[in-house]
Amino acid sequence: MSAVIDSGHAHDEHGPYGGITRWITTTNHKDIGTLYLWFSFAMFLAGGVLALGIRAELFQPGLQLWHPEFFNQLTTMHGLIMVFGAIMPAFVGFANWQVPLMIGAPDMAFGRMNNLSFWLLPVGALLLVGSFFAPGGATAAGWTIYAPLSTQMGPGMDLAIFALHIMGASSIMGSINIITTILNMRAPGMTMMRVPLFVWTWLITAYLLIAVMPVLAGAITMLLTDRHFGTSFFNAAGGGDPVMFQHIFWFFGHPEVYIMILPGFGIISQVIPAFARKPLFGYSSMVYATASIAILSFVVWAHHMFTVGMPTAGILFFMYATVLIAVPTGVKVFNWLTTMWRGSMTFETPMLFAVGFIFVFTMGGFTGLILAIMPIDIQLQDTYYVVAHFHYVLVAGSLFSLFAGFYFWVPKWTGRMYDEKLGKWHFWLSMIFFNVTFFPMHFLGLAGMPRRIPDYALQFAGFNEIASIGALGFGLSQILFLWITLKVTVLGQGETAGQRPWEGADTLEWTHLPSPAPYHSFHEQPVVR
Amino acid sequence: MTDRIVNGTGAAFLALSGAAEAAYQWNLPAPVTRVATEIYDLHLAMMGIILVIFIGVFGVMFYSIYAHRKSVGHKSEHFHENVTVEIIWAIVPFLILIAVAWPATKSILKLKDTSSPDITIKATGYQWKWGYDYLKGEGEGISFLSNLSTPQDQITGNAPKGEHYLLEVDNHMVVPVNKKVRVLLTSNDVIHAWMVPAFGVKQDAIPGFVRDSWFRAEKEGIYRGQCAELCGKDHGFMPIVVEVLSAEKYTAWVDEQKKKIAAAAEDPNKKWNLVDLKARGEKVYAANCVACHQSNGQGVKGTFPALDGSPLVTGPRGKQIEIVLNGKRGTAMAPFGRQLSDTDIAAVITFTRNNWGNRTGEVVQPSEIRSARK
Repeated sequence: MSAVIDSGHAHDEHGPYGGITRWITTTNHKDIGTLYLWFSFAMFLAGGVLALGIRAELFQPGLQLWHPEFFNQLTTMHGLIMVFGAIMPAFVGFANWQVPLMIGAPDMAFGRMNNLSFWLLPVGALLLVGSFFAPGGATAAGWTIYAPLSTQMGPGMDLAIFALHIMGASSIMGSINIITTILNMRAPGMTMMRVPLFVWTWLITAYLLIAVMPVLAGAITMLLTDRHFGTSFFNAAGGGDPVMFQHIFWFFGHPEVYIMILPGFGIISQVIPAFARKPLFGYSSMVYATASIAILSFVVWAHHMFTVGMPTAGILFFMYATVLIAVPTGVKVFNWLTTMWRGSMTFETPMLFAVGFIFVFTMGGFTGLILAIMPIDIQLQDTYYVVAHFHYVLVAGSLFSLFAGFYFWVPKWTGRMYDEKLGKWHFWLSMIFFNVTFFPMHFLGLAGMPRRIPDYALQFAGFNEIASIGALGFGLSQILFLWITLKVTVLGQGETAGQRPWEGADTLEWTHLPSPAPYHSFHEQPVVR
Repeated sequence: MTDRIVNGTGAAFLALSGAAEAAYQWNLPAPVTRVATEIYDLHLAMMGIILVIFIGVFGVMFYSIYAHRKSVGHKSEHFHENVTVEIIWAIVPFLILIAVAWPATKSILKLKDTSSPDITIKATGYQWKWGYDYLKGEGEGISFLSNLSTPQDQITGNAPKGEHYLLEVDNHMVVPVNKKVRVLLTSNDVIHAWMVPAFGVKQDAIPGFVRDSWFRAEKEGIYRGQCAELCGKDHGFMPIVVEVLSAEKYTAWVDEQKKKIAAAAEDPNKKWNLVDLKARGEKVYAANCVACHQSNGQGVKGTFPALDGSPLVTGPRGKQIEIVLNGKRGTAMAPFGRQLSDTDIAAVITFTRNNWGNRTGEVVQPSEIRSARK
């Protein structure tokens, strides 16, 4: 290590290239983190527009705006763009910015690979979004692209398959980088059990990604050869099995859900102690709980398939394994509450989003428990109840944690405070409209409204109307967020942030680095304790 | 549990009021089978447990938010570990889960037990309708397709929507009350799912495989459900309607169906003339083809090919017969040879060859279809 530091001396105050070259050629973790975050924000807005297209059609019964096949393209692409374009890259953006800062490393381990893993994403996104213009339009087989429906699709499906391959490769490279950085580049004295929880959750997430992205790649490659090269992996007429696709897909898909929430748990575990001015309660049990969730996530996949007609023994195994996840998840929620307990709390925007996260994410956890009970799932599988459930964990969970993290760290990234008043507005509007949109969907699901339908029976009309109004409000609230972000970053407005704007924040980026964090930080490793 | 809101009450109200008044249903539909009743009660019990935990957990959180604020001068303490507490709050949820898993397991064993049925019916999913074949028990041999009967005008908003908008079909699946009905599920093309919430039944229909489920309806009436697995364009337009009749009425229905079958038995060697066959073909087209190829025969550009002016439809008939019989791999074009009779296929082909701008003047006879099948 010392040799590297010596030769690096000449570059001490080496700033970035100017103009666009800076962004294309950058190997700097902060630049790449910024690229990831802006990219994911753009995809978030694109996916949001599709969501509004869905809710506009569902505002009233009857077909008003779209043909059914285009409606199916909207639901499919909304899912794919949000999962692979918005949520996942956003968390990688946070990892890029924060992991080196929080463990006292000068940068990520593999700078050039880091650059490549970002620049693959716009290519994948271009294929994905561009597939709308393919003959027959984008894939309309749902984000789960179940065979054999997906073998029926037009060329849009092939573009989506290539896009997923590229984005998967990007995720794997990102994960290798994150794991290597965390395991090898921690500051002296920072043992694994002293690493901030955000870093821990990302370490575990990165292992999950490396384990399951190749499985997805396998599934979609088999799909591709079924489509074009006459194989019959999922075609019963040729000796294949359509249900095998679902097993493979969900073997990827269930860990994937935890990939999208574990780093969020990490962010919340940084924010709550900072604003409660009290150390995180049960640090080691948080680490063990995260690891347990990750391990359990590999043995619960078939709870997504309770209605395919599995043998009773299989159903019982997957039901028991699934409800077990409630235990480590409960531990996390209890730890957060106990961290707040007898603290000295203030409620700036990051804390609002963190507390809001706990509140709504827990509701998503409860509905998850309901769905895990197989007999109840018989009624609710593939209805709007499921739609409500996974938006409670993905929007109120992942997205709200991302918002919390953004407001928490943006003073360190830009050296300026965001507009607190607008931030609070953003929280309250998002929180209220989120619930107006998704809470009624529980009732729609209980009443038996199937998901992914462009038109519905009259008994579902009332709640759909409410949900559509909520969705419009939620969408507009995110334009406010765009403005808040532009103000504090591009426009450079806002009060100057000190080195440590949050009284209770005590990780290395707050205690050792000025705000904004310099382009090259931690030339000399800090020593922990 | 007698005062549950009956499924469809809202819709009935809507039809009565005649206005686009919104309807709200808050819980699972009223169950009419034992399994559905168990699910209903299990869900209520789970909601009870969840509500207690919810109030407990968030009571603590909101009290803390109220009392442990900096603005009210609360000073933070610095405890950050307590092994006893941490073990307790891992074990207590675990015990609650065991308490919940026990009744759930009993229900699962019941709902998976499809043995010794009184009647066995095969339901086949097609893009986008259901087909029913009565395989065993009273009514054996009855077989029909069940299509959405809501007129297109209601869907596009050119006519007021009826009471059972999108939940009505031309041919109901009819079963007797208080008999164990085993439903075998399969599919002709992609995966569909057969769902009737009042029965507590949802089972995927998987092409190339047969899965089963069962119900014993305890109350006469008409129960409605929908396809629950995304199956393409008209996934939202293939409802399931089950009519539960008394034993006598069911027997009468079976007799009526048997008579219809006898009357409909056709001479496969009958020579048809163009006018009659085309008229019949128009009906077949409306029930099977119009969803994709459209009533004007233009299809949907880029997705479903046009038939009007298509070289396949105006050229030699052999190729068209082959595609209608066997479908086209990798597209939504289903092999209709498995669903339709020789006469229906001959009729629909004749119709397409003599409609819109297509003027071949050819009549395709059922006998040609029969020989093409071999």
